[in-house]
Amino acid sequence: MELKKELLTGNEAIARGAYEAGVTVAAAYPGTPSTEILENLVKYPRVYAQWSPNEKVAMEVGVGASIGGARALVTMKHVGVNVAADPLFTFSYTGVNGGLVLVSADDPGMHSSQNEQDNRNYAKFSKIPLLEPSNSQECKDMIRLGLEISEQFDTPVILRTTTRVNHSQGFVELSDRTDDTPKPYVKNPRKYVTVPAHARALHVLVEERRSKLAEYSETVPVNRIEWADKRIGIITSGISYQNVKEVAPNVSVLKLGMTFPLPEKLIREFASQVNELYVVEELEPFLEDQIRLMGIEVTGKKMFPRIGEISQRILVDKLLSATAYKELIDATVLEDGIEAEKEIPIPLRPPVLCPGCPHRGIFYVLSQLKMTVMGDIGCYTLGALPPLESVDTTICMGASVGSALGMAKAHPEMHGKVVSVIGDSTFLHTGINGLVDIAYNKVPTTTIILDNSTTAMTGHQDHPATGFTLAKEPANQVDLEALCKAIGINRVVVVDAFDIDNLKKIVKEEAEANEPSVIIVKRPCALLIKERSLPYVVDKESCINCNKCMKIGCPALTAGDDGVVVNTALCTGCTLCSKLCPTGALKKEGDVIG
Amino acid sequence: MANDKVTNILIVGVGGQGTILASRILAYLAQEDGYDVKVSEIHGMAQRGGSVTTQVRMGKKVYSPLISEGKADIILAFERLEALRSMHYLKKGGIMIVNDQAIEPVPVIMGLQKYPDDIIGRIKAKIPDAIAIDALNIARDCGNDKASNVVLMGVLARKMGYEWDQCMKAIEAKVPAKFLELNKQAFEKGWNAEV
Ligand SMILES: Cc1ncc(C[n+]2csc(CCOP(=O)(O)OP(=O)(O)O)c2C)c(N)n1
Ligand code: SF4
Repeated sequence: MELKKELLTGNEAIARGAYEAGVTVAAAYPGTPSTEILENLVKYPRVYAQWSPNEKVAMEVGVGASIGGARALVTMKHVGVNVAADPLFTFSYTGVNGGLVLVSADDPGMHSSQNEQDNRNYAKFSKIPLLEPSNSQECKDMIRLGLEISEQFDTPVILRTTTRVNHSQGFVELSDRTDDTPKPYVKNPRKYVTVPAHARALHVLVEERRSKLAEYSETVPVNRIEWADKRIGIITSGISYQNVKEVAPNVSVLKLGMTFPLPEKLIREFASQVNELYVVEELEPFLEDQIRLMGIEVTGKKMFPRIGEISQRILVDKLLSATAYKELIDATVLEDGIEAEKEIPIPLRPPVLCPGCPHRGIFYVLSQLKMTVMGDIGCYTLGALPPLESVDTTICMGASVGSALGMAKAHPEMHGKVVSVIGDSTFLHTGINGLVDIAYNKVPTTTIILDNSTTAMTGHQDHPATGFTLAKEPANQVDLEALCKAIGINRVVVVDAFDIDNLKKIVKEEAEANEPSVIIVKRPCALLIKERSLPYVVDKESCINCNKCMKIGCPALTAGDDGVVVNTALCTGCTLCSKLCPTGALKKEGDVIG
Repeated sequence: MANDKVTNILIVGVGGQGTILASRILAYLAQEDGYDVKVSEIHGMAQRGGSVTTQVRMGKKVYSPLISEGKADIILAFERLEALRSMHYLKKGGIMIVNDQAIEPVPVIMGLQKYPDDIIGRIKAKIPDAIAIDALNIARDCGNDKASNVVLMGVLARKMGYEWDQCMKAIEAKVPAKFLELNKQAFEKGWNAEV
């Protein structure tokens, strides 16, 4: 039978792999570059796939499914693993029943992340085997391999991808789904109840497992030597493998698909036969440090950057600077093409809040009131950029709420001037815990929840307050107002996001109150609204060119010498700009005469 | 397309311009020709009106999904400023196709920075046979601004030497049925554009 071949992104391939390998339970919280895995997996039959409110819960759903005997997949972006780390580390001790693979999607270069931590370290830290695919086909294959390793060695497995692997497409051969009947659940407190007495015994097993896995790593086919010219040997994994093949097709390569535990004998064999030995890996010297501990001398982070991605140019530049065999490196990679424009500055094109975005008004108000804004992560982080510039901090999801409490305690005299701002999805992710703290300790600070009825930042996923599941089925909907009241916040106000005057009044009032308060700013994300209202236009007669409307940073407004112009193709008719205009020059199209 | 060589196509534009559809059509064409293909797209922040880049590489065997500076055989730019920004990715002698449309970035809208004058002139000073086309207007004539991506695909596909029937098949495969006629028309206008 001829195999069917399809062009898939790494994320589509991971979903396909999970389907083919008989995964029946999958959970995730969205996060670039991992989000599309579950969005694809939910389309397959016989797989239950869901969004969890955060990564820790997603991990726990996976743990339960695995202990129950099902094959399970849990996916998240790299920083999500920080949130999920607690169950992960102890699940490493208990081991599995049905196989479990955790996908950690890392983001070297920080295309859309707040840091570029190298999550391969989690594998070593938690003593869990680690796989690193370098293209879509390997993404698919390594999901099956990961589940098999998981079951064979009684351990969860981490599949670590990077943005370029998740988001590039390559050909993948498809197969059919294998048997997906879950194993029976067998009660086994010694394995699953980690009281100290049991855990001590389990830790011994974990160390034994590690030795066995190291042995397995020597022969697993994803760790392989590609012998070519032996003057240069490169040890590499993940996307770096592709770049090495691109710029040095004739050197010998030790391609590692399983990077924890490492195959020591294989590495020694490789190292002993090449004249020069390099390790090419992005971010941390994860392979390098382990190889050095084997007593093998390699060149790695001494010349390759620890920061960002390693481009083909960097790779060639550094290799040429070090090697005695320059003829093996494709120096043409360094040749310039067309010269870049240097005579004039090229304006940047940063991402911005969309026209009609419901987040715009509140940031305008907060900047007008000169508030200190403990911020969070979501589209609304863009409120930090000019001209709104009203966000003071962004640390991690949920951090706004607790850090506002900390700020309030550090500077009691700032009372009335400190608020936190958090999206609805982020609030339910981990912001809620901070608010419980505020209510519990009765700290008079204001939490502003931006309820745009979606997880917009990552591409509009549903969450527990939207009323729909990942499969787009109707769901129970968290009532944010009732929730805040139930945890002990007495002052909860709901405001329309476009009603700036009211917003301003309420923010002032609530910030000055002597008890904790919550303001829920409500309006759906502009991209969820299918029917547009009429755009606004400028009545040239009335516009006095004061540029007050430009303060909201709307991409549909352009300042010009003879007044502001509205781009009617972009304008959603949100009315915000018209509320700032002192002369009423901004009017709904059709209301302007002449 | 030479048989053993990899062809690198860089598609640049602004979030929301439909660069992804162009890359999907190209990948389909390459696949039908029996080539290996890698496509790289960066999502995320790009969604909110930021710069977007899609890279398509096709050939007998393609390793990396990424195109290095100075190595693109073709740049298809959906917007003038983005063409200027990415110009140094083009190899000497490469093909530059620019949609002669300006989308002002927010720093320009706010008057903090200036949208460069005579971008096409500047590009042509370095790439004399760069092709500039007003795809937006052509798409508008077909009845939908959004089809400018397919107009540009028409220009590109002809330039790359694809056959008409091949292209129609690709469009049928990649465009939702509802917009098929519109897109075929837009493609044809690009294909026949005097450039
Ligand atoms: C631990 C963690 N998980 C996931 C992400 C990715 N991420 C960033 S913001 C965000 C959610 C934003 O949703 P919301 O708070 O509703 O704000 P919106 O974008 O809708 O304005 C997600 C999932 C992250 N940065 N950190
Ligand atoms: S996607 Fe929605 S929430 Fe995000 S910037 Fe655009 S309108 Fe605002």
